[in-house]
Amino acid sequence: MKQKFDIITSTCVPLPLENVDTDQIIPARFLKATTREEKFFGDNLFRDWRYNSDGSLNKNFVLNDPTYSGEVLVAGKNFGSGSSREHAAWAIAGYGFRVVVSSFFADIHKNNELNNFVLPVVVSEGFLAELFDSIKKDPKMQVKVDLPNQTITNLATGKSEKFDINGYKKHCLMNGLDDIDYLLTVKDKTEKYEEKAVKY
Amino acid sequence: MNTLFDKIWDSHVVSIVEDGPTQLYIDRLYCHEVTSPQAFDGMRARGLKCFRPEKIFCMPDHNTPTHDQDKPIEDPVSKKQVDALSKNAAEFGLNHFGMMNEKNGIIHVVGPERGLSLPGMTIVCGDSHTSTHGAVGAVAFGIGTSEVEMVMASQCILQQKPKSMRINVNGTLKKGVTAKDIALYLMSQLSTSGATGYFVEYSGSAVKDLTMEGRLTLCNLSIEMGARGGFIAPDEKTFEYLKGREYAPKGEAWDKAVAYWKTLKSGDDAVFDKELNFKAEDIEPMVTYGTNPGMGCGISQNIPSIDTVDEAGKESYLKSLNYMGFKPGEKLLGKKVDYVFLGACTNGRIEDFRAFADLVKKSGKKKAEGVTAWLVPGSWLVDKQIREEGLDKELEAAGFAIRQPGCSACLAMNDDKIPAGKLSVSTSNRNFEGRQGPGARTVLASPLTAAAAAVTGVITDPRTLL
Repeated sequence: MKQKFDIITSTCVPLPLENVDTDQIIPARFLKATTREEKFFGDNLFRDWRYNSDGSLNKNFVLNDPTYSGEVLVAGKNFGSGSSREHAAWAIAGYGFRVVVSSFFADIHKNNELNNFVLPVVVSEGFLAELFDSIKKDPKMQVKVDLPNQTITNLATGKSEKFDINGYKKHCLMNGLDDIDYLLTVKDKTEKYEEKAVKY
Repeated sequence: MNTLFDKIWDSHVVSIVEDGPTQLYIDRLYCHEVTSPQAFDGMRARGLKCFRPEKIFCMPDHNTPTHDQDKPIEDPVSKKQVDALSKNAAEFGLNHFGMMNEKNGIIHVVGPERGLSLPGMTIVCGDSHTSTHGAVGAVAFGIGTSEVEMVMASQCILQQKPKSMRINVNGTLKKGVTAKDIALYLMSQLSTSGATGYFVEYSGSAVKDLTMEGRLTLCNLSIEMGARGGFIAPDEKTFEYLKGREYAPKGEAWDKAVAYWKTLKSGDDAVFDKELNFKAEDIEPMVTYGTNPGMGCGISQNIPSIDTVDEAGKESYLKSLNYMGFKPGEKLLGKKVDYVFLGACTNGRIEDFRAFADLVKKSGKKKAEGVTAWLVPGSWLVDKQIREEGLDKELEAAGFAIRQPGCSACLAMNDDKIPAGKLSVSTSNRNFEGRQGPGARTVLASPLTAAAAAVTGVITDPRTLL
């Protein structure tokens, strides 16, 4: 969904596990859809952690705990490792998350989030640990994610950190543009490149 | 600087976006049925045609059943996805190797064996194991569906240039140790995020000594260390492997290509952002004990105790072992095995079947009772080689059957699913929770270790049977 991004202030959903792979974010059996229905993928986000094997809700999983809600998912390091499936980003967006905070993201998944107008915010391990701590103490605490200024603030402690994003992608997110929009404008450069490139 | 990665990447730069990524030209796009339908939809919504359709090759592999491929797929949802690829390829004028086409198979097995993946190329696919093609000396990496659409629309992709890493494995591998064990060893040393942000060049005498099949296995698993891709500089072995393959250049074009490919190596003065060295002699047959591929150890070792895990990782570690039904500190040898899976883009090539059959033969044993074994060639060409070499007959005599090509039990998108709670020794690439089916427990290993489990019914050191 091309949703313009600016400043988001929200409560958080904590997932303090490390190495959360995209098979957990959306299991393979849900990849058979041939359309991009974010609601379908969102409904099956973390499917096998959210539901018990008999189909009942797993009350111990954070998405089923009414204490926590919000547009910001906070996860342990190495989030989104494994499969390149963009369905994982569709599921995160479809569920209603607009920001994922972690101390480390897997490369392909990070790109997939950006291409779906979900902002991956990389913070230091210290900031992340303190954020988990703040959420534990007060599940209603909020974070402020300010894309124009590239800062994230833990509003419970007032601590703030800068995060990285390249200027081009920031422009895309803030203006609801995607890479294809851009690439279609530079086809002449591609044709020129092809004239001198090694031919395969 | 002056690494082979720089040479290939830099020669594909079309432009650099101001304060942004690189516009990189792509020589080959592979599409399978799972990660492409939404890209085709996007193309239709924008009213676009593929910019360079001749550079795009499509084939179904994830949903393909490994039996009765001549009949319609029974699962209607799988059938719909496979049919969608066929229709989309026809509509957009793309090359398509459908089910039962003699060129069909797992996309990462077919690309190299048909000579579609060549040295010096940039290769992408909506699949993280695209790194496999790096074995021929190409820069190959997995991408998301939006990026697949980018390449369809423009033959380019916008990407930040990754950092470069060289991993040298020197020395001689011991008996019973394979390319798969090198990869599992590297992951156990680096973790699943140790190479995130990097493109890896594998080098050193133990890597150069690998066959092409071994190199494909090693590069296949680059993503499991977090690397965007991994590759090996092309050499005589590469050229020998590619010569005469259907889509490889022929005649004068071949000579010209080889002359260029010979220049594809890192300079003596090359500087990598990171360089790591390992000794082949330190590696023994490897098995995984947890729920990510970095959680592996030598087959004679014990599962690490909880004290070895840092504070932030303890919860994940215990969750993982709890899922596997293993305890910290215990041995894996002797654990009862329910399923054995030989195949996938990791180990579904002829050499893997030779290794499996060889161990079965040397052990003098037949398939153990109580073990279900799925032996799945990576492509119809591999299937043909198996039959030409008589491996099918040998294996059948020992109680095994060869199935039809496809991704099979690697990811539970077709009929081959490991039932909940069952333990599978698999030559595939991921042991994530539920990867081989909801509740399935996966131990990743080499074809030799898989064969040892298949004939004994328990996790067994393959060296004791060779």
